[in-house]
Amino acid sequence: MDALLLQILNGLDKGSAYALIALGLTLIFGTLGVVNFAHGALFMIGAFCAVFIQGLLNLSYETIDETQKDFLGNPLKVKTPYLENWFGPETGGAIIDWSVPLAILFAIPVMIAVGVIMERGLIKHFYKRPHADQILVTFGLAIVLQEVIKYFYGANPIPTPAPSSLTGAFDFGVLLGFDPNAVIYPYWRMIYFVFAMSIIGAVFAFLQFTTFGMVVRAGMADRETVSMLGINIDKRFTMMFGIAAAVAGLAGVMYTPIAPPNYHMGMDFLVLSFVVVVVGGMGSLPGAVLAGFLLGILESFASTTWATTTIPGINQVIIYVVAIIVLLTRPRGLMGRKGVMEE
Amino acid sequence: MLGLNKNDTTLFVVIIILTILAPFLLNPFPTESTLAQFNAGYPDLMEKFVVFGIFAIGFNILFGLTGYLSFGHAAFLGVGSYSAVWIYKLFTYNVIPALILAVIVSGIFAILIGYVSLRRSGIYFSILTLAFAQMSFALAYSVLSNPKFNLTNGETGLQIYANDLQLFHRESLPNFPHIFGLSMGSTYKLGVGPWEFQFNVAYYFCALMMIASFYFAIRLFRSPFGMMLRAIKSNQQRLNYTGLNSRPYMLAAFVVSGMYAGLAGGLLAVTDPLAGAERMQWTASGEVVLMTILGGTGTLIGPVLGAGFIKYFENIFSKINDQVLHQWFTFLPDGIEDFLVAIVHPFIGKGWHLTLGILFMLVVIFLPGGLVEGGQRIARIARRLMNRDKAADAANVSAE
Repeated sequence: MDALLLQILNGLDKGSAYALIALGLTLIFGTLGVVNFAHGALFMIGAFCAVFIQGLLNLSYETIDETQKDFLGNPLKVKTPYLENWFGPETGGAIIDWSVPLAILFAIPVMIAVGVIMERGLIKHFYKRPHADQILVTFGLAIVLQEVIKYFYGANPIPTPAPSSLTGAFDFGVLLGFDPNAVIYPYWRMIYFVFAMSIIGAVFAFLQFTTFGMVVRAGMADRETVSMLGINIDKRFTMMFGIAAAVAGLAGVMYTPIAPPNYHMGMDFLVLSFVVVVVGGMGSLPGAVLAGFLLGILESFASTTWATTTIPGINQVIIYVVAIIVLLTRPRGLMGRKGVMEE
Repeated sequence: MLGLNKNDTTLFVVIIILTILAPFLLNPFPTESTLAQFNAGYPDLMEKFVVFGIFAIGFNILFGLTGYLSFGHAAFLGVGSYSAVWIYKLFTYNVIPALILAVIVSGIFAILIGYVSLRRSGIYFSILTLAFAQMSFALAYSVLSNPKFNLTNGETGLQIYANDLQLFHRESLPNFPHIFGLSMGSTYKLGVGPWEFQFNVAYYFCALMMIASFYFAIRLFRSPFGMMLRAIKSNQQRLNYTGLNSRPYMLAAFVVSGMYAGLAGGLLAVTDPLAGAERMQWTASGEVVLMTILGGTGTLIGPVLGAGFIKYFENIFSKINDQVLHQWFTFLPDGIEDFLVAIVHPFIGKGWHLTLGILFMLVVIFLPGGLVEGGQRIARIARRLMNRDKAADAANVSAE
């Protein structure tokens, strides 16, 4: 029982990332009808927003401390971040420590801007072209974005730790009456899950309860009629692209303490997120979220020693196998609607 | 000739001549000159041209004719390589059985993947093939290399070791892939003045394969089967309404295309007897898409051009470094020189992929027909200019 719970918990954080990326993909697909192969790159750019903020906050100047010697006997050079100089070591250190959560504030406007520029500058010109062209051009864009990041930050993963007060783990087992240390769960993963849930909730609430969201939903159902009513639906769809980019970016920012970001992390997630979208049902937002969590948890179950000894390598292929089964038995996906991308 | 019409015959003959004379044509600069780094006439690179040419021709049969964009074609390439190397390991270094097995195994693989993927079309098809290829990559990379059942040798890649079985290997035969005793690695070097031309067995073998593949592709393009595939591209629904089941045609096209990729994979193992999982990764699938689009989708010559273009510039761009750049711009004033080098720097050396990505986007945006369409446009403009000149001359003559 405790092992079961542990696997479900382990699946939640990866599932959250899948769900967030798939949600963004579905938003873009549902509104603009574009398949965005660069969405993984947006996730990666989000992660590098956190890296950038960490680097920015750690900007420091060097002083030579005559009293201390390094191992060669020269006077030791001490690096002091400017922040510690300005706000004192206590406050400054705390700000630096909290760089990942702070990066969220930075990432939201940046990602919205990136999304809007991408849509207006490039994808706008591809609405009338075949899906293959859309795939190809966003694929090219993904390569370019990756390589730009690689140029600035190199190919190695960059560690971006979570705030030190959040690095511990929470003992779930004790809470539910199991043995201590049977079900422990890192705080940050818990935060990631809660964060993902609130983002997903926010997006759904935005679409469901605001006038803007209502117009967008109407546009998703019938774009032509909405624009005939004198509403500038293009502008709203562009905004949705920005929001989708921000969702992917935030997923990336918060994921950095779980896995250090490198330039191709987006692509690794993208392939799986596409599978998630297909399993959930193309164009269905709840389907994307549901499938994201389901597949994340499934993957985590397949990674247990029991599963890998029974069927070696099941953890590597389980998601694809499930996708194939779903597509063959329920071609529309779990919650796909009739008439969306049927051909 | 050979059942081809006049234009196709010309094209075919041109291709044959180009591939045979490639060691000369690609080596225009003397060995000692500073421009020698632009030479492409050495075996390693020429083999890549033709092998990836085959890969792209095969991909074009699927994408160019039917419009189904497969994003997982590298899986067949990898399967081809693995099966060829297994023949080396178990039986013999002779390349003929290795290639036959490579084509057969990748064909079977294509039947399996195609049967499932072709149930969906459009974007679903792309995603499904991508998922299959990633699955194969994951399998090859980790799962199929456990100690009990080591099929792929994981990260190291499948290689031939001294204690391998090699049933039909004899002492007299070369310890390298060979064709009936003639080693694929043997190269004849011809020195003419300052030039040196290299004639490599593996290159000519691969070139022969490419010519055969090209011929088969022409015949396929012009056949009723090819017409049917084009009909699928233009309107599959209408085709289905006429009471025709298009799926067997699609599956056949997919399998043929997969076998081409398998052949290319096998040839990679002919030039260098090892196989690694990274050949199956989705970036490799993306690369063949790039080659085909860049050259010209749906044209006969396009994919070959694209493959050559990408492989050539990959090689050249990654060789250029800042030092070379400084040499080039040395005639400029120092400040401008440094500035130019700093601007170009991100695009060369390790930044080649950035250049490739930008180039690819530009082609998709502005030139969907690729290099072939570009060539046609230029030809059209030139013809119009010539005609205008002629018309102007004629006007002048009549005025006089």
